[in-house]
Amino acid sequence: MATQVATSRRGGSRSSGIRSGERLAGWLFSLPVIIILGVFLFIPVVMAIWVSFSDWSGRGSPLSSGVNFIGLGNYSDVTGGGGLAEKNFGIAIRNNAWYVILVVPIQTVLSLFLAVLVNRAILRGRSLFRMAFYFPSVTSSVAITVLWLFLFSTTGVINKVLSWFGVNGPNWFNDPRGIVHVALGAMGVDAAPTALTSHGLLGIDWWEWLSGPSFAMSAFVLMAVFTTSGTFMLLFLAALQNINPELGEAASVDGANGWQRFWRITLPQLRPTLFTVLTLGLIGTWQVFDQIYTGTQGGPGKTTLTPAYLSYESAFINQQWGRGSAIAFILFLIIIVFTLFQRWVLRERKVSKRRSYNHQAKGKKS
Amino acid sequence: MTWNNSRGWLGAGSLVLASALILGGCSGSDAEPTASMAPTTGDAAVGDLTSSSDPLTLLIGSSGDAETAAVQAAVAAWSAESGVKADVQVASDLAQQLSQGFAAGSPPDLFYMSPDAIGGYAGNGSLKAYGDLLTNKADFYGPLVDNFTVDGDFYCAPKDFSTLALVINTDLWTAAGLTDADLPKTWDDLAAVSTKLTGEGHVGLAFGPEFQRIGVFFAEAGGGLVVDGAAAANSPENIEALTYVQTNLNAGNFAFSSDLGAGWGGEAFGKQLAAMVIEGNWITGALTNDFPDVNYLVAELPEGPGGQGTLQYTNCWGMAADSPNQTAALNLVEYLTAPEQQLAFSAAFGPMPSVSSAADAWTAANPKLAAFLAGAKYAQYLPSQVGSNEVVSDLNAQLESLKGGDPAAILGSVQSNLEAVIK
Repeated sequence: MATQVATSRRGGSRSSGIRSGERLAGWLFSLPVIIILGVFLFIPVVMAIWVSFSDWSGRGSPLSSGVNFIGLGNYSDVTGGGGLAEKNFGIAIRNNAWYVILVVPIQTVLSLFLAVLVNRAILRGRSLFRMAFYFPSVTSSVAITVLWLFLFSTTGVINKVLSWFGVNGPNWFNDPRGIVHVALGAMGVDAAPTALTSHGLLGIDWWEWLSGPSFAMSAFVLMAVFTTSGTFMLLFLAALQNINPELGEAASVDGANGWQRFWRITLPQLRPTLFTVLTLGLIGTWQVFDQIYTGTQGGPGKTTLTPAYLSYESAFINQQWGRGSAIAFILFLIIIVFTLFQRWVLRERKVSKRRSYNHQAKGKKS
Repeated sequence: MTWNNSRGWLGAGSLVLASALILGGCSGSDAEPTASMAPTTGDAAVGDLTSSSDPLTLLIGSSGDAETAAVQAAVAAWSAESGVKADVQVASDLAQQLSQGFAAGSPPDLFYMSPDAIGGYAGNGSLKAYGDLLTNKADFYGPLVDNFTVDGDFYCAPKDFSTLALVINTDLWTAAGLTDADLPKTWDDLAAVSTKLTGEGHVGLAFGPEFQRIGVFFAEAGGGLVVDGAAAANSPENIEALTYVQTNLNAGNFAFSSDLGAGWGGEAFGKQLAAMVIEGNWITGALTNDFPDVNYLVAELPEGPGGQGTLQYTNCWGMAADSPNQTAALNLVEYLTAPEQQLAFSAAFGPMPSVSSAADAWTAANPKLAAFLAGAKYAQYLPSQVGSNEVVSDLNAQLESLKGGDPAAILGSVQSNLEAVIK
């Protein structure tokens, strides 16, 4: 009786009965998605985790009785041990790190720039530009990769155009030299300082870490910027159109110039979108695979090898399934760590004490 | 894949943990009995073929319509003869589809198997070693049988093969004032004629920047990555070979096809960027299709300090250990590797028959390509131990910068990588 009283006090027992029916309906409606996600996402992920800790050789089910738990063996193979597995993983991380370092900032700045550009009311043919900038994003990455291979071939269009300016273009997709090394070489630094060559990480020395992306990888960097800037431009554009124009007008009245209005008024309001764009950018760039698979398969000189491709190659080509999944989960951790770090950097900060004090002081004077 | 709230994280994390524990627990408790069971399925013992009335499935990685049609016709003819249904499937990505088949426990019965993958599949017990059961076993070339022998078991019948030879552009050859008497017999000859052939817009000799081509010099020097089952990458012979290649690359009479802007040697040859290339049988089809105006002849590769040498490339008819009808599959393999059938395949899509009894008929049909078949006698092959293709791809990565590299240092690193693979 006591419970009945309690429920009736909160809003009636009849409505509680209706709610319980709703709960059932809710589960029923979400069941298809739960099953689909479970079968095609959650179970495979769990099985992959298991494979990364097992000696599964690729024959029969990984859950069958002949497969043994081998602890962190697959992980330690690629993160230590001094063998080829560690070196390949180090090279893949090196290549991908350079790719991320270049692609994420460039595509974010470029897409923001394009969004601001096509958001301006005075621009004629805005929708045409919006479509043109977005177009590369809807094209298949495989098709664009093939196009890129043609454009950047030794005798291709890019090198032809460069030759008009007297530049002898590099042998893009066949040149394994890192661009930082090439630039240093042009300045006369050919040999590595021994301080860099005598130490290293993941089987490759610091001089190799600092080599920069190869020309082949640089072409992929340009391609990623070309294809994804359009998508992120749309995100920024949507956010820009949500910003109340009165704020900008008020700032103009206060005497802020265009740059100040963008930097102090517009950009802070874009913070959530900026977070989305950076996160999607980080995830996409760390997982780069299609271009490598269709374009270079890791060559030239392993300079376009990435962890995602290395994982595929270890598993499907070399039958080292445990190592392949271990690489995939290390990659997953890297992405999580970067996302959390970036979330921390972009967190909402309180206005600093000094600033708010100054502000108050000014307010008192006037 | 980012979760926005901490509860999602916690829930997912605990689920993952729980599942991992359950899975780990399962396998832990079951590990004991299977250890004793594994050999019966893993080591494919010879002589115990499965037999049933199940239809056969073949998975092939086809080079094109010609190959697909030829294999389909041959298999259909065998089906009509034997009464066993057989279906030919063309893989878009053979390695991946095979892996999926083996993992799912329902692999195709027969499939193309390359030597660089055989170590892995033989090691995990996916393959049936049926080589010794072949009635035509003695007919296969010895080096091809060796190529598909893992730990003493001859696993599968080579379906055909190719070797590398020297392909020469005859127009550029005569334009440089060279005659048939100048065909290079030694490394010095090769350096000399390639220097003569180097001219405006083309180099003397081109090949891909990979061990799969440069390896012929290792063989000619009397070396090789693996000699008598032991890693020998940094042998003096190999260092001599690589130094020879490096010297000529730097002199400009040799070049990597990639440095000429070509995807492979055949393209460099067809575009007349190189007067000579080191390529295999497959170049003839490419030249006929894409560059019909280029006149060429095929010569044997010159002798090095260690005699003649080349590399062979082959695939075999792999048979799944899980196939329910291995008896019929074996019968089909014997049918497909019979001389008359292999000659028909050769006429349709290029490669050479893997059986010596077809040699005379093949040479008669392809008199201009005799040099490829001559290579069968002295051909070496790439190491096929598990993990050795990673070693070779690491070597290839280093070969791309061979011009400024140190051959001894390159081969030293290959040796240490190879020693880790070959125990």
